[in-house]
Amino acid sequence: MLADKDRIFTNLYGFESPFLKAAKKRGDWDGTKKILARDQDSIINEMKESGLRGRGGAGFPTGLKWSFMPKESDGRPSYLVVNADEGEPGTCKDREIMRHDPHKLIEGCLIAGYAMRAVAAYIYIRGEFVHEAKVLEQAIEEARDAGLIGKNACGSGFDFDVFVHRGAGAYICGEETALIESLEGKKGQPRLKPPFPANVGVFGCPTTVNNVESIAVVPEILRRGGSWFAGIGRENNTGTKLFCISGHVNNPCNVEEEMGIPLKELIEKHAGGIRGGWDNLLAVIPGGSSVHMIPKSVCDTVLMDFDSLRAEGTGLGTAAVIVMDKSTDLLRAITRLSAFYKHESCGQCTPCREGTGWMWRVMERLCSGEAEIEEIDTLLEVTKQIEGHTICALGDAAAWPIQGLMRHFRPEVEHRILEYKKTHNAA
Amino acid sequence: MPTLTIDGIEVEVENGTTVLQAAEQVGIEIPRFCYHERLSIAGNCRMCLVEVTPGPPKPAASCALPAGEGMVVKTNTPKVRKFREGVMEFLLINHPLDCPVCDQGGECDLQDQSMAYGVGDSRYKEKRRLVKEKYMGPLIRTIMTRCIHCTRCVRFADEVAGVPSLGAIGRGENMQITTYQEQAFQSELSGNVVDLCPVGALTSKPYTFKARPWELTNTETIDVHDALGSNIRIDSRGRAVMRALARIHEAVNEEWISDKTRHAVDGLAKNRLDQPYIKKGGKLQPASWKEAFEIISKKLKGLSGDQIAGLVGDLCDAESMYAFKALMSSLGAGIECRQDGSKVGAKHRVGYLFNSGVTGIDEADACLIIGSNPRKESPVLNARLRQRWLSRKCKVANIGPDVDLSYKVDQLGDSAAILKDILDGKNDFAKVLKSAEKPMLILGQGALNREDSPAIIKLAHDIAEKYGLIKDDWNGFNVLHTAASRVAALDMGLIRDGGVEAIFEGAEKGDIKVVYNLGADELDTSRLKKAFVIYQGSHGDEGVRHADVILPGVAYTEKPGTYINMEGRVQRAFRAVFGPGEAREDWTIFRALSDVLGKTLDFDDIAALRQVMEKDYPHFAAIDEKPDEEWADFGVAGKLSKEGFTLPITDFYGTNPIARASETMAECRAVMNGANQTEGATGTNG
Repeated sequence: MLADKDRIFTNLYGFESPFLKAAKKRGDWDGTKKILARDQDSIINEMKESGLRGRGGAGFPTGLKWSFMPKESDGRPSYLVVNADEGEPGTCKDREIMRHDPHKLIEGCLIAGYAMRAVAAYIYIRGEFVHEAKVLEQAIEEARDAGLIGKNACGSGFDFDVFVHRGAGAYICGEETALIESLEGKKGQPRLKPPFPANVGVFGCPTTVNNVESIAVVPEILRRGGSWFAGIGRENNTGTKLFCISGHVNNPCNVEEEMGIPLKELIEKHAGGIRGGWDNLLAVIPGGSSVHMIPKSVCDTVLMDFDSLRAEGTGLGTAAVIVMDKSTDLLRAITRLSAFYKHESCGQCTPCREGTGWMWRVMERLCSGEAEIEEIDTLLEVTKQIEGHTICALGDAAAWPIQGLMRHFRPEVEHRILEYKKTHNAA
Repeated sequence: MPTLTIDGIEVEVENGTTVLQAAEQVGIEIPRFCYHERLSIAGNCRMCLVEVTPGPPKPAASCALPAGEGMVVKTNTPKVRKFREGVMEFLLINHPLDCPVCDQGGECDLQDQSMAYGVGDSRYKEKRRLVKEKYMGPLIRTIMTRCIHCTRCVRFADEVAGVPSLGAIGRGENMQITTYQEQAFQSELSGNVVDLCPVGALTSKPYTFKARPWELTNTETIDVHDALGSNIRIDSRGRAVMRALARIHEAVNEEWISDKTRHAVDGLAKNRLDQPYIKKGGKLQPASWKEAFEIISKKLKGLSGDQIAGLVGDLCDAESMYAFKALMSSLGAGIECRQDGSKVGAKHRVGYLFNSGVTGIDEADACLIIGSNPRKESPVLNARLRQRWLSRKCKVANIGPDVDLSYKVDQLGDSAAILKDILDGKNDFAKVLKSAEKPMLILGQGALNREDSPAIIKLAHDIAEKYGLIKDDWNGFNVLHTAASRVAALDMGLIRDGGVEAIFEGAEKGDIKVVYNLGADELDTSRLKKAFVIYQGSHGDEGVRHADVILPGVAYTEKPGTYINMEGRVQRAFRAVFGPGEAREDWTIFRALSDVLGKTLDFDDIAALRQVMEKDYPHFAAIDEKPDEEWADFGVAGKLSKEGFTLPITDFYGTNPIARASETMAECRAVMNGANQTEGATGTNG
């Protein structure tokens, strides 16, 4: 359980003003100049020491990512791009940061930008986040007026600006290279890698794309020291994390907690427990819609961090905990997710373009039971034909929920088919 | 130079080579749809997935994966076969089983690869996708349900044609390839997307339902619609030319051809001269060869050489012109090949060739275009210039009308005086030329057909000398011709003093009594009215308007011949079909006529003709070699006119009799000049 003194997002629930005066009172922009006076490499090393892993879902070590940026410019400027295209179903953490604590993000941009020798940061914000974009823009304006960013940011002699770019609502633009394409004004489609963004990113220049939460925790880590952050959580899964708990709990919420908190404790303590008690739990999708679901038996003991969840064949993802109690029609739920991925596939590569629609259609039939039992195997094979065969991870994301369903709840699906046969043959 | 192992074969490849290319080098075929050698890598079809170690445990797209030291690639494991079967299955779920009625059938990548790599069955039982047809202009027929979204066409439009009007709209299953607002794809190279399309989504509109590939006879030959000498393949059935396709020649046309080359072939069946005619009582009457020859012989009797003039047109092959020259010389008469009024001289070969060669463009780092619009005059060459410009290693400047070349040029102005400024170092571009390692200039026909052309040529010559366009291993002095016959004609010295204007004036004054016109149709023949005009050619075009005798010749697809392109490259064309009716190969007509005139030419077949021709002009025997000519002194200093340049081609789709006879070209002309219609195309409207 996270101690209050270790909390980073102290205005997560918006009880105070998001703007500069209140933010400063909360400790933002404190000693930023001193941080900027440090050597870039020492900042990156401190980040590495903190063990912060990217909060966007993949969990790539943030400090390591920054260290890929060129130390000497070859004539091209470097950029920091902040991925604020939070579209993963079930996830709503970045949104809260941007509307209640935007200065954490802006200060983070400045420090991260300094550490990776960038000239500017672009915050690519999801199109639907109108209010959040307005708050963020106002906060940026404030910071600029106060000399915190812009020319000679915080009096450090370092010039750095932050821009907000609003997306148009495509889920795929949350994939870092699709985001870059979109930022450049093109159709949002993931790029081939290599070259990686750190080499050829936005406008052909070295770029690092980081999640909002990853950037927003940076100032606090540097103020309190990497070892402080590393001391929270488990080894290799350190620090605090925002969890978004939704679904059949008594009190759906966002909460900042220690990495590696047991799932049961997270739900019982912060979300008021499962509707109808823990025994009424059916399954949980622990990391946003793209990861495998886990049944209650796993939920009983699993810890909420990258490695523990991976050991259970699922993932921490964005830490969006979607709770489903026994009233849930799991087939219906996963079918809805399939429809989502079918709708959001960019259409670039074959397996995802053709496969997501196929999976959704089969899922629709399975839902009503109007299918053959063998079709479950065909469907699983189709998910295998998509998984890992595409340019970006959307194909995987579309395949995993179905694989998770079949792994843990195949008997239910078969039962549905047999039921359908019984009623329809009888009639 | 990484070394990698592909299916157990070790191979060392150049840096930057992809795994797919490396596999090709050792003869291993990896199936692909989206990958194309000449386009950027999209990596979206996922057909080329292979197993690679070391690396992540998932398959890698070999088209996009740079070969790395020590890589072990497997392209033929059960796993890889499974990947391919998977992708194939996905591609086919929404691809209609149209093959029996699809024009691509028989030459379709998807068809071939599904035979080779597919499972032959589909497990897909759901609803299928139907996509509305898109309008892309008069040359491209679309059946978009067949589209597999490889985006080759989009990349071609963006990268090669430089007309970024193709793109994808929608996403996921609803992604559709279309032109911007469904307007015509306005490029001179648009037809190439049909070749690029690996399926039957984009097919040739004029060729719709005309033939199946296995019924066609293929003849590999040379194009004559511009002076590039694009390598083409003529597909014919019986006596009809069904279509023209591009052939690969890296040093000439890579694998692109212009829309005119591809689609003007329907003009070969229209307006043809299929028997001799004689003018009787002001009207052309059908006649026999004998009658025609007799009347010619009667007219020529007693005339001195300077009372006779010959003209050759733009599409003639070297053999015809050689026989023509032999015949006219026996009469003491001269021939003029510059029907457009060009002032280019025939004395120094280096003065009228595209000396850097087409491949020279790939190395040039500065290019000055003078009085030319290469986009209209040689679209494929222009695409190559664009490629070079895209590499950001070549600066291009233009003197002449401000035209859209599909890339950004430094527009210096429209006056010949700028050349003088450049020579004197007063223009900024002089610095660019000076600092360039391999600078070149392109002298277009717009700069050569003026009164002050000798002076312009002289200036260009001096610029070339002053700014290092001429070096030991580099010659950047280039003339861009528009006529396929021109270089061979100049090689044979087919020019008269005063050019074509002198013939007009002579005819008007009555000094020239007989004009023998071999296929020249791009001049005002009414000025020849007073003379006795013999027209020999393939089409009833401008040339026959004031002709007194018409002798039917054959068109370029109907005769073997030799053409020399603008770089001086000698290329052989072959007969694909026989000419219509009594039309004959031009050299045989001259040979027969020479008999009647009592001046029998000493060759009886084309081999003998070539033998004597190559004896006179030894370089005609150097097939497919780009010559390197010695630099020389040419051009005459003189006063420059203040007038701007007039570009030679105003109507790209109608530059020669074949194109003008073509209905397809007429349609292109209408659409590309603004009559842009969007039609409600259905799958069955042809």
